[in-house]
Amino acid sequence: MEFFAEYFPNLTLGFATAVSPVNLLYCFAGVFVGTLVGVLPGIGPLAAIAMLLPATFNLPPVGALIMLAGIYYGCQYGGSTTAILVKLPGESASVVTCMDGHEMAKKGRAGPALAIAAVGSFIAGTVGTILIAVAGPPIAEMALKFGAPEYFSLMCMGLIASAVLAHGNMLKAIAMIFLGLIFGIVGTDVNSGMSRFTFGASGLADGLSFVVVAMGLFGFGEILANLERGQDKATREML
Amino acid sequence: MSLKIKSQEDFWAGLMFIGFGILAIIIARDYPMGSAMRMGPGYFPTWIGVILIILGSIIAAMGFKFEGEKVGNFAWRPMILLSIAFAAFGWAIDNIGFILAMVILIVLSALAGKEFRIKGVIAMVAVLVVGAWALFIYALELPFPLWWWR
Repeated sequence: MEFFAEYFPNLTLGFATAVSPVNLLYCFAGVFVGTLVGVLPGIGPLAAIAMLLPATFNLPPVGALIMLAGIYYGCQYGGSTTAILVKLPGESASVVTCMDGHEMAKKGRAGPALAIAAVGSFIAGTVGTILIAVAGPPIAEMALKFGAPEYFSLMCMGLIASAVLAHGNMLKAIAMIFLGLIFGIVGTDVNSGMSRFTFGASGLADGLSFVVVAMGLFGFGEILANLERGQDKATREML
Repeated sequence: MSLKIKSQEDFWAGLMFIGFGILAIIIARDYPMGSAMRMGPGYFPTWIGVILIILGSIIAAMGFKFEGEKVGNFAWRPMILLSIAFAAFGWAIDNIGFILAMVILIVLSALAGKEFRIKGVIAMVAVLVVGAWALFIYALELPFPLWWWR
């Protein structure tokens, strides 16, 4: 059992550190604050960690790392709350939660939807951590071998998959993908360094961030859909 | 054969794609094209624009052939007012400060609604400005100027 000989001591060491009461307290504080911040639409885990980083300056290194991990996970979960309740994804990972979660909330089942999101978040976090611990080293080795051909194939697969998975008119799905490519071009050209479609605004030099696009699409789309029905309820909810 | 628009949805969707395609080509015409072997910055956007125009034409043409959904009435007033409100917020937050930007955003958005109750709007302005200040400026210390002088 070479596998266990390698992983078991490391895992026990990790658990022994994590389960100590002080570290659990740091973890709780991190998750609590992280969830609070994650609920705000538009502030994803990265922004939250950047803002709350100063709060961990006075902690011992291990406690700080644990608290930051807590903030990260809390933020990831908090994003699903707004996604379910008002269909505004807090960050990129909760875009998918928007689709089913908000439908459930509309039918008066927001509570179960939130609970499912919490349980799903727990299971995904646990399984994901185990997978990373076990499969991390081999995957890292593989990722290093990724070159231009692999990235190209991956991108092609993504574009084709999104055309296949979209329901409705196939032609419109393909046209929307090309429209998305146009939006993806906004920003600095990787090859020449020239800024394209930025209209002289330096804020666009980095391109359109995915969170901004998702929020605009879902949030604004929700408002416009409500306008079509002649209600101004969504506007108030939005604010 | 009469040219009657059978599917307004397809027709307008097609026009939208054509519009974006033309826009992409117009903006990209100043960028160096390069060749297929050595693509310049303008190569990709221009050809995507061409593809968008072609696809849009096909979709719009399909609107003449197949039956489809009707497009409902456009809600022009709310759409324009809301867009102005968001744009104004973006300008105001850097130039005349966070608090006035919030007020402009809320009042303009409220104007877009069907009914405009002055008391409700004032209450909402008060609650939201204080709430947003407490959350973003006080608690999270985001670097936005409160007023125009700092």
